[in-house]
Amino acid sequence: MTKLSYVRTEMLPEREPPTSATGVIGWMRQNLFNGWMNSLLTLISLAVIFWLVAGLLPWFWSPTWNAGSLGQCREIIAEAGKQSGACWGVINERWPQMLFGFYPQDLRLRPTLAFFLLFVALIPVLFAMISRRMNWLLLVLVLFAATFFGPGGAVMTVLQIVLGLGLAWLAWTVVATDRADRAAQIKEGVKRLPNPLIFSAAFVFLMPWLLWGGSVWVPVGVALGFVIGWLVFRLLNALIGSLAALILAIVTPVLWWLFLNGLFASAMQAVLPYGLEPVPSRLFGGLLLSVTIGVTAIVISLPMGIMLALGRQSDLLIVKSLSVIFIEFIRGVPLITLLFVASVLLNIFLPPGTNFDIILRVIIMATIFAAAYMAEVVRGGLAALPKGQYEAADALGLDYWKAQRLIIMPQALKISIPGIVSTFIGLFKDTTLVSIIGLLDPIGLSTSIRADTNWNGIVWELYGFVALLFFIFTFSMSRYSMYLERRLRTDHG
Amino acid sequence: MPSQEIERAVDHSRMKVSDTVAIEIRDMNKWYGQFHVLRDINLTVNEGERIVIAGPSGSGKSTLIRCINRLEEHQAGSIIVDGTELSSDLKNVDKVRSEVGMVFQHFNLFPHLTILENCTLAPIWVRKVPRNEAEESAMQYLEKVKIPEQANKYPGQLSGGQQQRVAIARSLCMKPRIMLFDEPTSALDPEMIKEVLDTMIELAEEGMTMLVVTHEMGFAQQVANRVIFMDAGQIVEQNEPTEFFNNPQSDRTKLFLSQIL
Ligand SMILES: Nc1ncnc2c1ncn2[C@@H]1O[C@H](COP(=O)(O)OP(=O)(O)O)[C@@H](O)[C@H]1O
Ligand SMILES: [Mg+2]
Repeated sequence: MTKLSYVRTEMLPEREPPTSATGVIGWMRQNLFNGWMNSLLTLISLAVIFWLVAGLLPWFWSPTWNAGSLGQCREIIAEAGKQSGACWGVINERWPQMLFGFYPQDLRLRPTLAFFLLFVALIPVLFAMISRRMNWLLLVLVLFAATFFGPGGAVMTVLQIVLGLGLAWLAWTVVATDRADRAAQIKEGVKRLPNPLIFSAAFVFLMPWLLWGGSVWVPVGVALGFVIGWLVFRLLNALIGSLAALILAIVTPVLWWLFLNGLFASAMQAVLPYGLEPVPSRLFGGLLLSVTIGVTAIVISLPMGIMLALGRQSDLLIVKSLSVIFIEFIRGVPLITLLFVASVLLNIFLPPGTNFDIILRVIIMATIFAAAYMAEVVRGGLAALPKGQYEAADALGLDYWKAQRLIIMPQALKISIPGIVSTFIGLFKDTTLVSIIGLLDPIGLSTSIRADTNWNGIVWELYGFVALLFFIFTFSMSRYSMYLERRLRTDHG
Repeated sequence: MPSQEIERAVDHSRMKVSDTVAIEIRDMNKWYGQFHVLRDINLTVNEGERIVIAGPSGSGKSTLIRCINRLEEHQAGSIIVDGTELSSDLKNVDKVRSEVGMVFQHFNLFPHLTILENCTLAPIWVRKVPRNEAEESAMQYLEKVKIPEQANKYPGQLSGGQQQRVAIARSLCMKPRIMLFDEPTSALDPEMIKEVLDTMIELAEEGMTMLVVTHEMGFAQQVANRVIFMDAGQIVEQNEPTEFFNNPQSDRTKLFLSQIL
């Protein structure tokens, strides 16, 4: 052997890190006071924060909640012996309007229910860790809660009892089923509940009906159109090839919606009349309007953006050029221009007498605007994928659509999450632009409230409230995207 | 160029070359734009053959084997795989691809899927095998490449050698009749090369038809029944391994061998 003077025979045990590196003190030392420059910046920041809070807090802390006008606010503030203070009376008086606009007061349960159901419908899309059982439980819970605010009557009571029993049963099974024990349950033949995505799909048709009301047969007919398209594709795919079948599967439902759905709905309505009281679009306003436009545009713009991004990369010249022209044109035009087109120009071009809903027009414009940006964000994700991924998918015999769906898109979308969510947030905030074409979103409403003689001169309270409403939504989206990025990480233990 | 020593004796008893033609390439030519990358390739591969393709970098080895499952398109001549001619007809392409497995230099595993999902994806979606059957079969192949315990990890958590063995298992799950390897060990650290070569030897011992682009001349000597030498887009020389290494005919082959052995 060589001259080995030292050989370790035992491995040293692990030791705790020194206390100076852990705990509150350790954290502060590491993050706030490491070095004189950092310490100085920390102190300056603390001073600025203190100065801001000290200035704002007295303004916030202002007992004006019950004031009926700006004048009363001033009196209350003067009585309290203060120089200035917020006038919260305006929020107290107008918050229902800021949320619902001029939506009839006795019908506001409908948009509220739609809003909560929206969350239930999004669960299977957004949160993988919530079980099916829990998902159905939440759905029944929301419906059950809604019955207490409903119009009452015998039917309602029966519904309440049924939902209450369902709720109790689901709650019991959620407690009783241990999620880790799924394997044993499969052996015992415990059936899984149906996929809650069924409700998510149904909600697409349920939401407009809840908001706008009318005959129940209209949304049923619209849903039927999709079923028809699917059937056409299934039946003809083998007979006339996939492309022709696809074209027919798009054309047939469109014809159905344009020409037959109205007949179908009125015929069914004559036999089985059931509907909700219709609410015209001009009564929509406030946050309800922003959320309706924002959510619809968000949900549609993502798949549309994906298709445009794929179209832009396509080898088919026509598909490629159409995608490029669409994306570049829409991105090149300010959203406000598109909204003016929606509100003014379309009326000139459409035949007189056609009633093309203004909210629908705005949703279409907001959607195509967001889709154009989305297409570029997704294209960025596609470009970041190594060529080897496409080759491996090809070599395994996956066709184009399967490769896109199973291999390419999951990775490209994951890379694009920050960009996608930024586009969503931007879109949601841009819904306030509809105030310029006269729709009463929270900003539009603020303007009209400020025109009221009682509240003439109010600024910060109203816009601060609007800001808070929007912040709740946009901040949740931003946090969700961070959660999603963490969940989709696959490169650590 | 290092050539890995293969320690164990390779069992040739089941390596039988049959008379059935697996791949037939006739007067095949390919251009990248103006660049004539493959010139008049003629090659017949019988079932059960183990062919090693060698040659300097840029000589067109990858392009040749990528033409066999149409990751690249050829412009002249014909390629017939298992009786199916490769043309612009997508049905034929899909058919060939489901018969031919391919292993890449950089593994190309799907990073967003677990090892098991990597292996079951194509059987489920292309071959329409039920999920539990696909999973069972995938576990068998993962055992064969000796990493069943990694089934629920993600590719990013495995070493290079393990990833390449998963890539081999993933191809095998489609039950291919022909396997193509494009420099499967070139991206690996030396100590991992052996585990991948061992897997490939086992595959050869079971009688798989294999086309292997590699610089591992030890593998060529012990496993291949034919070595093809390519240069400048042409097949310059082909022979059985002993003759090829001991008695090279062309000057270019001699030069190449003197450089790498
Ligand atoms: N997609 C491509 N476009 C243009 N030239 C290419 C492309 N792929 C490879 N080449 C060229 O073709 C030649 C052969 O490449 P390749 O088959 O990868 O060689 P090898 O695998 O033998 O190293 C090289 O000169 C390479 O630069
Ligand atoms: Mg190569």
